[in-house]
Amino acid sequence: MSTQTTTLAKGINMGLRAAMDRDPRVVLLGEDIGKLGGVFRVTDGLQKDFGEARVVDTPLAESGILGTAIGMALRGYRPVCEIQFDGFVFPAFDQIVCQLAKMRARAGGLVKMPVVVRIPFGGGIGAVEHHSESPEAYFAHTAGLRVVACSNPVDAYWMIQQAIASDDPIIFFEPKRRYWEKAELDVEAGPPAESLHTARVVREGTDLTLAAYGPMVKVCLDSAVAAEEDGRSLEVLDLRSLSPLDTPTLFHSVRRTGRLVVVHEAPVNLGMGAEIAAKVQEACFHSLEAPILRVGGFDTPYPPSRIEEDYLPDLDRVLDAVDRSLSY
Amino acid sequence: MTITPDVRPAVPANRRGDADEATPTATPSNAAQTGADVPTPTEDFVQLLTPEGELVDHPEYSVDFTDDELRGLFRDLTLVRRIDAEATALQRQGELGIWASLLGQEAAQIGSGRALGAQDHVFPTYREHGVAWCRDVDPLRLLGLFRGVNTGGWDPEAHKFHLYTIVIGAQTLHAVGYAMGIQRDGLVGGDDAQAVIAYFGDGATSQGDVNEAFIWASSFQTPVVFFCQNNQWAISIPTDKQSRVPLYQRARGFGFPGIRVDGNDVLATYAVTKAALDRAREGSGPTFIEAFTYRMGAHTTSDDPTRYRIEAEVESWKLKDPIERLRSFLVRQGKADQAFFDSLAAESDQLAKHVRTGCLEMPDPEPLSMFDNVYAEPHPPLAAQRDEFAAYLASFEGGNE
Repeated sequence: MSTQTTTLAKGINMGLRAAMDRDPRVVLLGEDIGKLGGVFRVTDGLQKDFGEARVVDTPLAESGILGTAIGMALRGYRPVCEIQFDGFVFPAFDQIVCQLAKMRARAGGLVKMPVVVRIPFGGGIGAVEHHSESPEAYFAHTAGLRVVACSNPVDAYWMIQQAIASDDPIIFFEPKRRYWEKAELDVEAGPPAESLHTARVVREGTDLTLAAYGPMVKVCLDSAVAAEEDGRSLEVLDLRSLSPLDTPTLFHSVRRTGRLVVVHEAPVNLGMGAEIAAKVQEACFHSLEAPILRVGGFDTPYPPSRIEEDYLPDLDRVLDAVDRSLSY
Repeated sequence: MTITPDVRPAVPANRRGDADEATPTATPSNAAQTGADVPTPTEDFVQLLTPEGELVDHPEYSVDFTDDELRGLFRDLTLVRRIDAEATALQRQGELGIWASLLGQEAAQIGSGRALGAQDHVFPTYREHGVAWCRDVDPLRLLGLFRGVNTGGWDPEAHKFHLYTIVIGAQTLHAVGYAMGIQRDGLVGGDDAQAVIAYFGDGATSQGDVNEAFIWASSFQTPVVFFCQNNQWAISIPTDKQSRVPLYQRARGFGFPGIRVDGNDVLATYAVTKAALDRAREGSGPTFIEAFTYRMGAHTTSDDPTRYRIEAEVESWKLKDPIERLRSFLVRQGKADQAFFDSLAAESDQLAKHVRTGCLEMPDPEPLSMFDNVYAEPHPPLAAQRDEFAAYLASFEGGNE
């Protein structure tokens, strides 16, 4: 039986292993990813099986990880970089935004940049500062990058392989508080028909669309279950890809329900919700029954962990927004 | 001895006032305070050809060039200076938006560029026009970036000469990563071994990326040569604001050798670079080369160096000109006659014409080309945006605006 119960972290681990088995040019780079197996153990066992040349414990410098990954990609390798925590990606910002993202265009298409940057993101684990950030909008704003976020173990397994197979640079967000969530994974089921950049309706509904990604998909699913008890039918969309956005799937859902609430952990100001709201009102203006609402982090620094539950969108804040939309 | 910035002489004359003396007397200890003083050839400065055009012996480094090869180096130096002069003129005439001149640094670039094997790889800054010449990149291709018609203009892999990098120092990490790829390809230590050379300037040594590149190269013993052209000025900031020790001495702290070479001596630069590349290819790891030279012109055509450096300093470096010393040598040794110089002058004029005409004929890109090559794989929203803009542009066709 090829189906096994798998955590999200293990799903990525298995996906990395499959990609490395398939292509000897896939090389992992990161801090503590070898012997330790990564601080979240996502790369556990890979250095033992693939060797130090393919699972590289790097010196402790994020720009160095990204800069050397670019050089390896120019040489024909397919590097997968691990950034240990979301808040540590910023030392590599120039290498990602100015170098990685633009290299192909600058070279007139003569080079490609098949680099994946894995970033555990989001809060909810009681961490100290700089360990709970949601920096996805910075990267989604940057031309040349692709940005995705997985929300469950099965997607984690397939999406990481699809990202590694892409000839474009991909920022791959992993919801760290969901690393230990389990699901049944059938690795012999074959890759999903849908592309990496496809959104998915994970619960159908008729009254309102909840759009989310990464860690907030579960919050939205729980909200939809709770709303059903009040006789409200909520559709939940797992966006999966933040750049490019799968607008056809998004528009199709909103045109049916007439209402949209976007949910993410990142601050609402200029977050993904802002772009989604702009695109939906432009394309679905006559289908909308209420203003598009956003539920997200506040426009503050991520707070100390003892009050992070007040900062993070949860079931009650999502349902509050649902109430406001439906009573408009 | 240490001195604090506020007690340093305000005028750079004291730091470089002796630079035009034939036998500079800087010692390692005062070189640490006055980084731009001309170093002593025998102590920490490899020199094979003096500013007067005389060959000198060095215990470790030598060259063995035929007369033909020596004339070839002179030709290289002369032609890249001409390309540079032509580009500067084109900027002055409004044909280029900006130009970063290599004037004064010809020997550092030709010496190192000619030391490269055909199999080696170059990661340049935006001033490596001389190295580009050595990698057979048509000088016209260099102008596109500065004219604003493209952001590259040549095939990086075909020439083994990667794109110019504007963000200071970022390319040094790319070079090291590329060298890590060479290691994984098993191309270190054998007859088919390859090396990578990363170019950067004195200012770049302050960048985090450059220091991270040193650390990576050292940790993984990558086949890379760090070639720093210390041209004494990072726009308006002298080298001693970047480092309190001579730059080449920093290498030791990272765990690999550093060496300072007379960057205006094409023979010494060639010898030192060749040895470092051999060392990289054989698997002995990185080398840091500090080519001690001088930026005779402005940082770029937008810069005004009279605001921060004195004319006497520039004049003193004119006496150390990289081309004139080789000319003196060739003439004195009877290795080149007037016919050679006449023929080179004619070739130089032809090349200038090629650069000039080619630049003027360089077409502006099509507006829609900005959408090309942003991604390797399909990107529907960008394709839709492109189509929308194409339709907008088409709406003007046939009208009188």
